[in-house]
Amino acid sequence: MSKIVVKDLAKIFGDHPVKALKMLQEGCSKNEILAKTRQTVGIFNINFEVKEAEVFVLMGLSGSGKSTLLRCINRLIEPTGGTITLDGEEITGARPEAMREIRRKKMSMVFQRFALFPHRTVLDNAAYGLEVQGIPQEQRREKAAQVLEVVGLKGWEDSMPAQLSGGMQQRVGLARALANDPDMLLMDEAFSALDPLIRKEMQDELLSLQNALNKTIIFVTHDLDEALKIGDRIALMNDGTIVQTGTAEEILTKPANDYVEKFVADVDRSKVLTAEGVMKAPDPVVSLKDGPRVALRLMKEYGISSIFVVTRERRLAGLVLAEDAVRAVEENKNDFNNIMIKDTPEVNIDTPVIDIIPVIAESRFPVAVTRTDGRLAGVLVRGSVLAGMVRKGENAGGAA
Amino acid sequence: MLPKIPIGLWVEKIVDWAQINLGLLFDLITLFFKNIIVGIENIILLVHPLVIIILVFVLVWFIANRKTALGAAVGLYLIYNMRLWNPAVETLALVLASAVLALLVGVPIGILTARSDLVHRITMPVLDFMQTMPPFVYLIPAVFFFGLGHVPGLVATVVFAMPPCIRLTGLGIRQVPVELIEASEAFGATEWQKLTRVQVPLAMPTIMAGINQCIMLSLSMVVIAAMIGARGLGMEVLAGISRLDVALGFEGGLAIVIMAIVLDRITQGLSEKRKIKA
Repeated sequence: MSKIVVKDLAKIFGDHPVKALKMLQEGCSKNEILAKTRQTVGIFNINFEVKEAEVFVLMGLSGSGKSTLLRCINRLIEPTGGTITLDGEEITGARPEAMREIRRKKMSMVFQRFALFPHRTVLDNAAYGLEVQGIPQEQRREKAAQVLEVVGLKGWEDSMPAQLSGGMQQRVGLARALANDPDMLLMDEAFSALDPLIRKEMQDELLSLQNALNKTIIFVTHDLDEALKIGDRIALMNDGTIVQTGTAEEILTKPANDYVEKFVADVDRSKVLTAEGVMKAPDPVVSLKDGPRVALRLMKEYGISSIFVVTRERRLAGLVLAEDAVRAVEENKNDFNNIMIKDTPEVNIDTPVIDIIPVIAESRFPVAVTRTDGRLAGVLVRGSVLAGMVRKGENAGGAA
Repeated sequence: MLPKIPIGLWVEKIVDWAQINLGLLFDLITLFFKNIIVGIENIILLVHPLVIIILVFVLVWFIANRKTALGAAVGLYLIYNMRLWNPAVETLALVLASAVLALLVGVPIGILTARSDLVHRITMPVLDFMQTMPPFVYLIPAVFFFGLGHVPGLVATVVFAMPPCIRLTGLGIRQVPVELIEASEAFGATEWQKLTRVQVPLAMPTIMAGINQCIMLSLSMVVIAAMIGARGLGMEVLAGISRLDVALGFEGGLAIVIMAIVLDRITQGLSEKRKIKA
């Protein structure tokens, strides 16, 4: 079920947003609207859904409207048009008290420059969300101390934020957000201000925290590698609107337009692409019951020198080479028992290409790609892997 | 040329009207503040000057350091030695009452100017007016309303000393980083919680600077206040001027300077203490 649904969301900055909104709906461009009404379109035509426990990344360069969009979700910025629905309830029209309740209980925010309160101790920073809810001091401090322990800051409770390093400060920011047990985390460039090593560490930690907590996370970033690493799905924003939504792989392999293509051009594909993205379809395969003659005919027909054998459930049984099949036919044998190679290399469909390369390099045979349940999903040959790394969309390149 | 616009006459009319119709109100206000000032005076005068000097020494040592404390004690003893203790206490009572009143009115107004652009736009020219209009000008209506003595002095001092308090309070609150305001709101703080838990504490160093300025300006008004009958060190200086008595005038002036320095060190020490804590 969708945790949050955003429909036709728009934010226009200026004194007369209604007129500009109308022009937007009539299809005018941002520049036209700026020229005619002097209103700036922040974001427009935003549509997406985020599933429960999903990490959804809003990705874009500065000025693309990603932070504005994030702030519309908890209404730090009031959207001009469109709706946001949280757990089936529309929050775009919620009264201030109701909105405050939502901010207190359902969604917390983590900020780019940490935004810790410099006059409060680490513990009291973490307890801030509980404090505004009116929870008694002892209770909220106990809860805050627990959360600080979760983020690895046990022993720092009485320090002031300024005494902590950037990475530690953001841990406090994370603890503050987790302390009131929200369903959702809104993270605004949460790791962008940290240096690369610490950033990577925090990303890993967020992922492992997420494994345990299963929050619904909307994560804003301008760093594509971060988006690809963290996001279950990514929405790529440009110039105030979303240009493509999809998994990392979808965005890399099927860019919706030139902008996305250019954007993803520099990505280290070997880390992001998985076997699924570079494998070729497992055609042809031969069934265990078919025998060497069929195998040989198929290999001739497709001009290949080996063929995978599968069971009736399409599970991988082994590999047969052309010369072995020829011999079996000459010897008039009707099964694969003696000629099938059973220990062919095999990788899971989710294996990243960077881990596939050594397997392929060492193997004389094509590499089988299997699904988690053992069924054959595809075949990897050197050519298709290389092609997939270089260009998008050429999943089935190369020959066996 | 256009005929002269009778601005002065209009103001005079308003003052006349207020004097006739709001007389009772002004009398009550006068009584109230007079009692407060005299009350402060009497309480301080109950204690022997040397005891007070020791108390100030301990206080300044606590909030600043020993050297400053020693300086303050020596200075206060000098006032006592110059036989100016009683007028100094009268001046202190006036300054304290004025400063507290200026703060009680000024800090909330300062907060309002930071929260509302409309209030800000209205307040700023009024503050300019209060700060640049020569004090002698509003001494006259102050005397009409509050008679001679402490209270018109207090009113004139408040008018003069309040603007920096308002300005610095507003500035301090406006300077709180946007992110911290966002953080406060994102966790569901009410307006009041945002103000009391984030904005005012973070603006405190600037607000303290405003309080310091307010006290200093109050002190600088004591001679002018003396012209309308506010007793104290100002009266001594004024007597020195009118009798061309250099010795009397200088001693009175020196006592004012000493009080200013002591009060400045105390308020600055307080704001520094806050900063170190934060």
